[in-house]
Amino acid sequence: MIEISLTVNGEAVHAQIDPRMSLADFLREKLHLTGTHIGCEHGVCGACTIHMDGVSARSCITLAAACNGRDIRTIEGFEDDARMNAIRAEFSGEHALQCGYCTPGMLMTAYDVTTRFSELDEIAIRREMSGNLCRCTGYQGIVRAVQNVFAANAANTKE
Amino acid sequence: MKAISFEFHRPASVTEASALLAQYEGDARALAGGQSLVPMLNLRLVRPAAVVDLSGIAEMRAIEVSSSEISIGALVTHSELEFARESGATFDLLRHVAAAIGYRGVRNRGTIGGSVAHADPAADWLSCLLALGARLSIAGPSGIRQVPIGDFILGSFTVDLQPGELLTRVHVPLLGASARWGYYKHTRKVGEFAEAIGCVVDDEARGIFRVVAGAMSSPPVVLFDRARATTTLDDVRAALGTAAPSVEGHHVHFHAAAVMRALQSGARR
Repeated sequence: MIEISLTVNGEAVHAQIDPRMSLADFLREKLHLTGTHIGCEHGVCGACTIHMDGVSARSCITLAAACNGRDIRTIEGFEDDARMNAIRAEFSGEHALQCGYCTPGMLMTAYDVTTRFSELDEIAIRREMSGNLCRCTGYQGIVRAVQNVFAANAANTKE
Repeated sequence: MKAISFEFHRPASVTEASALLAQYEGDARALAGGQSLVPMLNLRLVRPAAVVDLSGIAEMRAIEVSSSEISIGALVTHSELEFARESGATFDLLRHVAAAIGYRGVRNRGTIGGSVAHADPAADWLSCLLALGARLSIAGPSGIRQVPIGDFILGSFTVDLQPGELLTRVHVPLLGASARWGYYKHTRKVGEFAEAIGCVVDDEARGIFRVVAGAMSSPPVVLFDRARATTTLDDVRAALGTAAPSVEGHHVHFHAAAVMRALQSGARR
């Protein structure tokens, strides 16, 4: 067992964990933050995407033991976040989900991408979102939702 | 899909990390960003007695630029290189390569040193750094040694690291202002492992010309190391046959096409 101290959604967390435990399992099983989903468990599908120190990361291929001192934010930590709420609204408006399993990861990546860049064309959006798999929608609604977020951000900047 | 049990260490210095790695006599794995190692742990393709987490070693996180080289700490992430602000042909190539490694979340965590030490032949950095003529700093119980990347990569997933040794820095010689480069990667899907890589570095003023083919079943190879007036598809196919005879069938064409596209995208044809 190893001791870790980290911040999760703004709160200090101290825990004794098995070194082999992934951050995804730590969040879900120890902290009961089940908004972070687990899909492939080897870094391919993106369902487990969280934010570490302000940028997106895959929690299934991050060891919890390696997160000592880190600042982790999961989908639950974005409840009152205006930017995330705008992204959520666009996902709803464009029907960018069916079963919803990939959605927390999609939102976390969309947040990173729309914060990092001021504008991206459709091809670049598809490339940026390529690390998150959706097996329902065919991505059209997801891409449109992210395009809408960029358009809204650009309009807000001009005002 | 869960890793086996292992001990976990968080050394604060290179010396401490080296001592820990030596203590396990080759049965410990160094952890940088973990974007290759942790999937392999989860799949139980790697079953180490211990994992030594290098992420707390501050001196391995910095990029230092001198008049002759860029010295990149092994823990510098792909994302940090993708958004590096420095100008010049060398940084242009590093940025171009970094921006297309894996996915956004992978680039945020994955490191250049981790990628080189892991030595997956499909890794972008192996081909790019071979074309750039990079050298590596290896720290061990008896101090630091430098080795050209071509000598460090012994085979697929096999590198010249003894127990107690770790890769600490990647040294990239600076190209001149008139240098040109080209890079082309063939993947089936954005972010997937490469199926063929071509990388060209052409710095006439410094007498540097390298054409590299990568993402084969074995490590990348230099196809041409002397400036050429023209290079045809048949020339590349013939050079591949000599330098990488294990590449067969339609794969020869994948690799030759990637090299031709790299040549056409930048360097002198």
